[in-house]
Order: sequence, then C-alpha cells, then structure tokens
Amino acid sequence: MADQVLNAEGLNCPLPILKAKKALKTLSSGQVLEIRATDPGSVADFQAFCNQTGNELLSSSSEGDIYKFEIKRS
Amino acid sequence: MLDNGDLENAKSMSIIVTKGSLDWAYPPFILGTTAAAMDVNVTMFFTFYGLPLLKKKLNMKFTPLGNAAMEMPMMGGHMAMPNLLSVMPGVGGMAGKMMKNLMAKKGVASIEDLREAAVESDVRMIACQMTLDLFEYSKDDMIDGVELGGAATYMESALKSDINLFI
Repeated sequence: MADQVLNAEGLNCPLPILKAKKALKTLSSGQVLEIRATDPGSVADFQAFCNQTGNELLSSSSEGDIYKFEIKRS
Repeated sequence: MLDNGDLENAKSMSIIVTKGSLDWAYPPFILGTTAAAMDVNVTMFFTFYGLPLLKKKLNMKFTPLGNAAMEMPMMGGHMAMPNLLSVMPGVGGMAGKMMKNLMAKKGVASIEDLREAAVESDVRMIACQMTLDLFEYSKDDMIDGVELGGAATYMESALKSDINLFI
C-alpha cells in the first residue's frame, strides 16, 4: 500500500517526472509513492529516473491505458 | 533520497539558451527541469533571443517560417505548413494559437510552468549582461532569482559540467 498516490493522468513529458520528484521530496526514506500516468513514454522515463536518483522502482505495470508505478524513496 | 547537490560527485549540466520563440523555448526548459529532478546541478545561460524567456511576463511567438519540415496534425492526417503562407498577415498568430491549443490538449506543460519548476528546483539562471545592455532590458524586467553574468561566468560553470548544450 502506497504512502501517497500521484495522479499524473493526461500529463505529458516531463510533467509526470517533475511531479513525482516533488511528491517524493515530501516522503521520508522507505515510504512509497504510487504514480498513475497515461504517457507511454513514462515507462522508460521512470526507470531512468530511478536508476539515476537511487530511488527504487518497486513495480511498473499497466491496466488498459493507465501506467502504474511504485517508487520507494531512498 | 540524497540531496546530491551537496555532494562532490554530483553531476552537472549547462545549457546556453539562444532562442526565445515558443517552440525553441521547450528543449532547454524540459531538459533543465528534468535534469534538476534527477539531482543534476543545472545552469542555464540566457543570451540573445533566449534572454526574453526570463522576462516576468512571457509573450512567446511561434512561426512556421524556417521550419520547412513542420507538419501539424489535422483531421487524422498531417498538414504541411508552407513557408510561403507564414508571410501572410495573421498566419503567424494563428499558428501560435494552434500550437498552444494543441499543447494544452496533449497535456504538455506551458513554458510558464516549466520555468516555475526550474526556479523551484534551484536551477541557476544567468542573464547575459551584454544582451541586457544591447536590447535595453533592465534586471527589473526579469523574474526574481536571476543572476547577471557574461561569457566568463558561463565558462566557469561549463568547464565543471558533465554536459554542455547549446540550444
């Protein structure tokens, strides 16, 4: 269960990443942010974002047109 | 999450921003804000026609002129935007309006939003002093937090950066 949910549906690059970063800053280490997006580019981008920032991408999945990501703050 | 800004091994990027039309404003602001979100120290140097992007009130224009390969999505297909058309009165304004509508519809951030994100994420923004003098702008025309500097100020930052872009 995520500690916070970010709705980034309808937003295009780079907004899902910028909003996720902002939301992660409000969490403490170990807490989980769930992001829901519709931008297909966000699948590759959240992977790259997590590789670079050291936050852990717990899951990356899709249901219909919605992409769901869970990121654990480092 | 570590605040890499304080670490010695933090990555850094500099961007020279030379163009201020609506379409050319996007690449530097998208890359600058995204890099900052990825814990990269970002310096943006605004010079010549890029300088007005720091003005408090933005008024960006867009023209198909010079964008010879440009096509706009139109009724399921794509419509070329002939350069010849763009010299006709009103076409430039129409193209700008079409582009802004398209961007809003597709959830693309406005330049105003991206610039605000850049300020919030401590992107260092330098206004070129020479351009300021040349085109008779004052620092008061610019948003808060902007630094003034010249080529040497940029070079000092660029020499330490992992990525340097000229846009």
